[in-house]
Amino acid sequence: MTPASSSVSRLVPVAATTVVFLLGFLICALTFPNFASLRVVMNLLTDNAFLGIVAVGMTFVIISGGIDLSVGSVIGFSTIFLALAIERWGIPPFAAFALLLVICALFGAAMGAAIEFFALPPFIVTLAGMFLARGTAFLLSTDSIPITADLYGHLSDHAIRLSGGARLTVPAMAMLAVVAAGMVLLHLTRFGANVYALGGSRQSAGLMGISVGRTTVLIYTLSSVLAGLSGIVFSLYTSSGYSLSGVGVELDAIAAVVIGGTLLSGGYGFVFGTFVGVLIQGLIQTYINFDGTLSSWWAKIATGLLLFGFIGFQQFTLHMARRPRRRATTGSAAANAAGAAS
Amino acid sequence: MAAPHADQPSAAAGSARPASGAPLLELTGFSKSFGPFTALDAVSLTLRAGEIHALLGENGAGKSTLIKTMTGVVQRDAGVMRLEGVPVMPRSAGEATAAGLATVYQEVNLAPNLTVAQNLFLGRQPTFLGIVREREMRRRARAVLADFDLDIDVSAPLESYSVAIRHIVAIARAVDQSARVLILDEPTASLDAHEVEVLFAVMRKLAARGIGIIFVTHFLDQVYAICDRITVLRNGRLAGTGTIAEMPRMTLVRTMLGRELAEATAERHERADLSAAPELVRLEGFGKAGYVAPFDLTLRRGAVVGLAGLLGSGRTETARLVFGAERADSGSATLDGRPVALTGPREALTLGFGYCPEERKTEGIVADLTVRENIVLALQARRGVLKPLSRAEQDEIAKRFIRLLDIRPPDPERPIGLLSGGNQQKALLARWLATQPRLLILDEPTRGIDVGAHAEIIALIRTLCAEGMALLVVSSELEEIVTYADEVIVLRDRAHVASLTGAAITVPAILAAIAEDGEATANAA
Repeated sequence: MTPASSSVSRLVPVAATTVVFLLGFLICALTFPNFASLRVVMNLLTDNAFLGIVAVGMTFVIISGGIDLSVGSVIGFSTIFLALAIERWGIPPFAAFALLLVICALFGAAMGAAIEFFALPPFIVTLAGMFLARGTAFLLSTDSIPITADLYGHLSDHAIRLSGGARLTVPAMAMLAVVAAGMVLLHLTRFGANVYALGGSRQSAGLMGISVGRTTVLIYTLSSVLAGLSGIVFSLYTSSGYSLSGVGVELDAIAAVVIGGTLLSGGYGFVFGTFVGVLIQGLIQTYINFDGTLSSWWAKIATGLLLFGFIGFQQFTLHMARRPRRRATTGSAAANAAGAAS
Repeated sequence: MAAPHADQPSAAAGSARPASGAPLLELTGFSKSFGPFTALDAVSLTLRAGEIHALLGENGAGKSTLIKTMTGVVQRDAGVMRLEGVPVMPRSAGEATAAGLATVYQEVNLAPNLTVAQNLFLGRQPTFLGIVREREMRRRARAVLADFDLDIDVSAPLESYSVAIRHIVAIARAVDQSARVLILDEPTASLDAHEVEVLFAVMRKLAARGIGIIFVTHFLDQVYAICDRITVLRNGRLAGTGTIAEMPRMTLVRTMLGRELAEATAERHERADLSAAPELVRLEGFGKAGYVAPFDLTLRRGAVVGLAGLLGSGRTETARLVFGAERADSGSATLDGRPVALTGPREALTLGFGYCPEERKTEGIVADLTVRENIVLALQARRGVLKPLSRAEQDEIAKRFIRLLDIRPPDPERPIGLLSGGNQQKALLARWLATQPRLLILDEPTRGIDVGAHAEIIALIRTLCAEGMALLVVSSELEEIVTYADEVIVLRDRAHVASLTGAAITVPAILAAIAEDGEATANAA
């Protein structure tokens, strides 16, 4: 195997995810005559916007070798915070958004700092963060509070109208923007390279002069800010705030990241894969909605099966990628032997 | 290779390298204690520009601590470091690099999942408006590596390249960050002879440019092949320093050990002909496609069979097949004349085989467990979970082997990860000896350990055969194999190519077999 083909082999999981999505879409289109329309695709984007935004943040976290269990709770906190801020405290919506994102940034930074400076496992720190955020949300209010501000009506009406009654809504636009920005940040900047380096080996990254602490704090800050943004989108989507919203979203996000081909142990993955992973989960849900007779819990079962399938597939491709590498070593050893003999 | 060794003790004039009299790096009074244990005691070291300076010492002599305190990974208690006369005190690896002091470790500290170009420029990639200029970065990466005569695809992940190339990439990164002092911590430990030559060429080139190199190694040959001066540490103290002309091999060994080492390491012991000794294991047509070509191998009681060859020639692979760690897909095996199936380590254990792997850290020791727990591991596995060893039995076994093999510190309850490499190796040996194996397979038993422990392990191998154990030893140190093997099997390109016995076992004969066509090898013994 040449090194070039091994860089191609990293694209295999993402390619597989994309193929699965396209196949799934084909099956849906063949089953339901109205499925293959721009409208369905746009709805798929809108309905999964909040998940997509969170999952982009989760991709950074997982590639760096961590995990963030707090994002679902942060969404819940965000929606109830916005509802109260806008409806009860009279803060203008945009100011409430800004304030929320600052709070989320501080929250994420604190988690990142705890992970780095007390050398705690991210699982525990973000689990604590999950309880903290959810608890605070309940403390704010246990009611579901409708948001009636003009901006909300405005934003949910605002959409780019496409042919066939399809609408590119604000949440969908927000998600696409986040995915695009995430791709740039992860794949094209120094920060992105540092995220991969951390996932490859924290110790090495430190010895290469990368500020591991700063990068870790930034990664968790990014994840929490995106969770806050996702909360904003969720509140737009539902026009309300409720402390129970976003329960279990962290797990959906992790599933999307893994289905998207990112290795849970860190170091490898792409934002685009995560995006397709989110779409696959949305596709399953849409199929069930179209069918009408299936219980919506089938979506969870299908996701679970897919997850199993993809993890198995990842192990298989890893195994295949490592086998030829051994042979490559033999080749170079042979060359060396020849060199020594001459 | 003889030219640079004519240096005068006072000034390093006459060398081909631009080594000036003024020191490039000067350490004085470096001290560091960990609790009651003094790791460094007022050590000083002087490095001149363009000099390759060997830093030697037994395991636990303080080499690692010295390097860590120099580069700020560990904070020193006392001591001054001057780089070109200016005091520097880095507090992290990053600061040390910025000051011009770069370290390349044995386990290359790069990100294997990133591309070669990213590894070279991580943290200082060329950017435009925050976006990394990938094309520019690759161009620069190729330019940097061309300086090291390395023409590889810089957009491929680092992990797709050999350890030798990773070392050169790490060195290139350090040098490109305007390092004036390069510390190489056992860079050659996992390289084969040819790769070592490539690395040496790089080191000479850098020295010629005026970079000072501190070279930590356990291979004395390499010290005399490339270094100008030597500094020896012993028990955290400076034991001696001088040019290589001032420190011939015997002086050096004596300085390192603080005592005379029996000069046995290159002399073959005359021994009884063991070709008639009872057979223990006989393998016929044993092999695995794409792993090792089918071979025949007979292991006799009380005899040592050595496996020699270049790194990657199939030595370790043969050992793994015999132990069943990798399953053979052809051939048959008999034990004491009865056919047996070598299907896995568990079966091998029941048959009375033991295996000390090459990769101590990943395949051998369980770093967080204590010495005692590590020693009893295999014995317990062999007995099964239903027959646990009592604590008293465990203590008894651990104490016995700690005494027998002189494991230091002699504390059975110390986590094994805290022991030096040589002592970890001894504990691993103890693990297998505790199972009283009939066949012991040792893969590079002396790799990465110091001269003293080296001699002890060789002596131990001899004792074990005398007790009737069969041994299969993989080693890249030919002089060492020659001293103890009753039969040497030479491998090349994953196949057994020659078998030498008795008086035919000599270093030149092995080298000739490795090179096959009898031409003189690059590595004149």
